Amino acid sequence: MADPIVAQRFKALVLPHLSSAFNLARWLTRNDHDAQDVVQEAYLRAYKFFPGFRGEDPRSWLLAIVRNTFYTWYQQNRGQASATVFDEEIHSAEMAAPHPHDNPEAMLIRSESQKRVHQALRALPLEFREVVMLRELEELSYKQIAAVVGIPMGTVMSRLGRGRQLLATLLAPMDQEA
Amino acid sequence: MNHEQALELLPGYLDEELSLSEALEIQRHLDSCGECAQVLAQHRDVSAQLRSAQLRMDAPPELAKRIEAALPGRSAPWARLGERFKAQGNGNSRSVGSGSGSRWLTWPTWATAGVMVASVAALSVSMSLYLAVPSSEDRLTQEVVDDHIRSLQFNHLSDVISTDKHTVKPWFNGKLDFAPPVIDLVQQGYPLIGGRLDYVDGRAVAVMVYRYKLHPINLYVWPSEGTGIGIGAGAGTGTSTTQLREPAIHERQGYHLAHWSAGGMTYWAITDAGEGELRGFVTDLRGQLSS
Repeated sequence: MADPIVAQRFKALVLPHLSSAFNLARWLTRNDHDAQDVVQEAYLRAYKFFPGFRGEDPRSWLLAIVRNTFYTWYQQNRGQASATVFDEEIHSAEMAAPHPHDNPEAMLIRSESQKRVHQALRALPLEFREVVMLRELEELSYKQIAAVVGIPMGTVMSRLGRGRQLLATLLAPMDQEA
Repeated sequence: MNHEQALELLPGYLDEELSLSEALEIQRHLDSCGECAQVLAQHRDVSAQLRSAQLRMDAPPELAKRIEAALPGRSAPWARLGERFKAQGNGNSRSVGSGSGSRWLTWPTWATAGVMVASVAALSVSMSLYLAVPSSEDRLTQEVVDDHIRSLQFNHLSDVISTDKHTVKPWFNGKLDFAPPVIDLVQQGYPLIGGRLDYVDGRAVAVMVYRYKLHPINLYVWPSEGTGIGIGAGAGTGTSTTQLREPAIHERQGYHLAHWSAGGMTYWAITDAGEGELRGFVTDLRGQLSS
């Protein structure tokens, strides 16, 4: 593996997608610190499996590894009912009672409407959050999302539909208040 | 197209992922269906809000540094290697032998050997091979140590959990281009607890997981150089480890490693059980393999 050509290819093809990897991990874990751990582990795995990479789309390939790494981590951590942050129910309560200080970047979001969208996406169940995030933030095609998540393209479409519908519901009552 | 079908295809319409004929049918349906038109407008609004909410952020710079530092035993190859190649290009010749010994420096040293082979000719080949042998062995040792640690950390010790060699061996079928010998050593005090597929020295390898008391033992097996199909054949690949008929034992980071070659296979065993225990394991394993 210690082939300088391989290391160079890895540098050229995979490293530039660090921000994509980080954003996916961030929206999966909903926690910057855990996101960094997941991305780091994903990069180690990616480096290890890179000699076998023959595809044309290194970003999707990397994002699939990030996602798998996240799910491994998620399954290992969800049993611990401690102060950690991946309980879906706890987080869906966030819409009612947002915690503006729980992640530093929330402080950077300026407008109220941006904050609301942020909270709504955070509150979305995982299976919808990942496809919505890959589509709207990473602007992946259905084909790429299907490859990253490992589901048929039809399922990508239906999850996007349901995800957007849930977001519309989450965002609607606040629209009326505003 | 009926209403349900149209509703189902609306996301694809919004994302311009439909075929032209489907898109035209949806358009026609939207003209006559207020409900679908409303859903589409709603979803379009959600999509626009998501895109304008600045939800995406750049990766923190320290993350890139962390990743470089964490790549096992490879001394942040892209960073150092990039500099190295630039330095070479500028005619800034460095001594090939500089800094050997430290694992952080063996990589560039070795890379330099690779560059020399590529750019100079036959004369330097023998020299680079001479230089590459100890450093690639060192690198492989580190790779096995790192992999062993990772296999423990992430609870990924075994992909197939079985104490039965007749379960473990067939599990490797179709996953590798060789059939690893799977031997049970329960009688000797080293029960087989499973196996997994891993990646070492630039190729897929079989790992048999044994246990001595509470200590896991990872046994890595792959075809020796010359018989196997190493990835990236030619000068500059990492497969040039010395082949040993008798096991060599080293210690690194508190782990003991043994490696040897037999029957066309290369074996690496690693454990934290202790040197004597590892020797016992290797002796028993080799006894079973040759019998």
